[in-house]
Amino acid sequence: MTRYILRRALEMLATLLVASFLVFLVTEFSPGNVARKTLGAFALQEQVDLLYRKLHLNDPLMERYVRWVGVLTGVEADPLQDPALGLDFKDPRGDRYFGNFGYSTLYKAPVNDVLWDRLGNTALLAGLAFAVIVPVSLGLGVLAGMRAGSPLDRGLSTVSIVMTSIPEFALGVLLVAVFVVWLGVLPGTSPLDTHSGWSIAAQLVLPVAVLAIYDAGYVARMVRTSMAEVMAKPYVRTAVLKGLPRRQVILRHALRNAMIAPFTVILLQVNWLIGGVVVTELVFAYPGFGRMLLDASLFGDVSLIEAATLVALFVATMTQLLSDIGYRLLDPQARR
Amino acid sequence: MSVTASDPVSLSETAGRPTPGLLRRLPSSPVAVVGLALVLFWALVALVAPLLPLQPPNAQDYMAMAHPGSTAKHWLGVDPLGRDLLSRIVWGARTVLAVAPLAVVAAYTVGATMGLLSGYYRGWVDAVISRAGDVILSFPIVILYVILIANIGPSALNIVVAVVVASAPGISRIVRGLVMSLMHQEFVAAAYLRRESDVFVMLVELLPNCRAPLITDFCLRLGYTIITIGTLGFLGLGLPPPNPDWGGMVKQATSMITVFPHMALYPTIALVSLILGFNLLADGLTELSQAD
Repeated sequence: MTRYILRRALEMLATLLVASFLVFLVTEFSPGNVARKTLGAFALQEQVDLLYRKLHLNDPLMERYVRWVGVLTGVEADPLQDPALGLDFKDPRGDRYFGNFGYSTLYKAPVNDVLWDRLGNTALLAGLAFAVIVPVSLGLGVLAGMRAGSPLDRGLSTVSIVMTSIPEFALGVLLVAVFVVWLGVLPGTSPLDTHSGWSIAAQLVLPVAVLAIYDAGYVARMVRTSMAEVMAKPYVRTAVLKGLPRRQVILRHALRNAMIAPFTVILLQVNWLIGGVVVTELVFAYPGFGRMLLDASLFGDVSLIEAATLVALFVATMTQLLSDIGYRLLDPQARR
Repeated sequence: MSVTASDPVSLSETAGRPTPGLLRRLPSSPVAVVGLALVLFWALVALVAPLLPLQPPNAQDYMAMAHPGSTAKHWLGVDPLGRDLLSRIVWGARTVLAVAPLAVVAAYTVGATMGLLSGYYRGWVDAVISRAGDVILSFPIVILYVILIANIGPSALNIVVAVVVASAPGISRIVRGLVMSLMHQEFVAAAYLRRESDVFVMLVELLPNCRAPLITDFCLRLGYTIITIGTLGFLGLGLPPPNPDWGGMVKQATSMITVFPHMALYPTIALVSLILGFNLLADGLTELSQAD
């Protein structure tokens, strides 16, 4: 098991390295340039060119990538913080330390000052959504899968298909139309401050609902399929035939085995949640990590895009690893 | 599942025609029928759009902006720029129903090729293709789209490119699994005995036999791709204005949602009904193929 985890961790590191290079490669195709966007439409071309050089943007791609890895690991000093350049880029942590994501050209601040606050807000949103998704989808899925083909199953299955057919932004619009415009009981934006007169809790209701409804439908369908499969197994039939009450058959025999497959699905759902938050945060003007990534991508702020991508990928691959380990622990057959 | 010569029933099943008439038995699933009806409705709307007596989708009616709600001239009202909503929704159906299938077909061409190669040759070919796919698949998908489109620029072609990059590894994984399970079958061995070329075995013997599970996946992917195109439009990364694009229409109208909710609601409903159509169709098809 230790060797397995070690091998997976190495794979994860390789994935992160390859992915971070791909991001550098893609930003090469970016139209417009960061220096022009920083200085605005009225700056002279000479000024733009000067800033472009100062930001080391005309160095070859490979050179910039290697330097970025060097700065991140603390091997190399961040050249942009050199006071001689006159860019006024100052990081209180110094210019050489492990985990230095560089300087954000969009926010004019060290990436480490921008990233972690936003990430905390997003973690709050995703965590709350997760806390809703798990019980709701398990409940719906188990109810539907208990009697495959029954009217209850058909009804619940249709409900979950409808839930997964509404994209997050569309769901946001629909919920805002009902709860904000029509009923007026909830705020339509969630800036996480109380200037608008709404409490933070009220501001979180709609974003969490959007994330939860979309994902719960999908997970519920997975739980249903798994539950229906287990209910058709011979040992469940035996339990029914030996006269156990239905409640006990489901709670003690079926449920435990039916939960193995959904366990992995639920953890992999974190990957979808990260994507979902980008959209949800935009709908509700939520000061989170997804909206930051979108702004950074549109601006061409490579340091921030890289940092955000790496964090997202780390969370995604980490949950994948956890779900695989969990699967091996839960299912004795997978261990062989 | 391994098939042995002493098992004539499963042999004749797998070596024979795969899922005879899945589409012909469609009417027996009410879910699939509703899904198909929704899809056909929008396909029809998209086809006849030029024949309908509608306002031009990009023409602005400044007078209507004073009362942007539903009127005799503009049945569904106008958008924030005074353009007829009904016309824009109808023409928007054309955009989404042209781009989404094109993107999915392109993704299938690339993905199926990757899957056939890696499932057929195994070894280092498989290692390279699968590892590359794993890197793409470990990205949260929306983040992959945002990074790609924000950098290569929003256009119909670039949306297709992004969908291919994001979905081909998933398709490849499915096809690879199917090919590997088919490689032990007698009809593949027979093709080898006839000294057929590798390309012939892949395209004529293997690919058609992967068809049944792929039909369902195709429908599901169409639904997801329409969600993607809508989401990109909403993020401001969709098709460039002024031509109508449902996601972009919703984005434009959200700033006014508290005053004129209809501007955002109608395109949203159009989008959801189309996605629902493809998802119901996929669900019905799964149910039918499992009933075999």
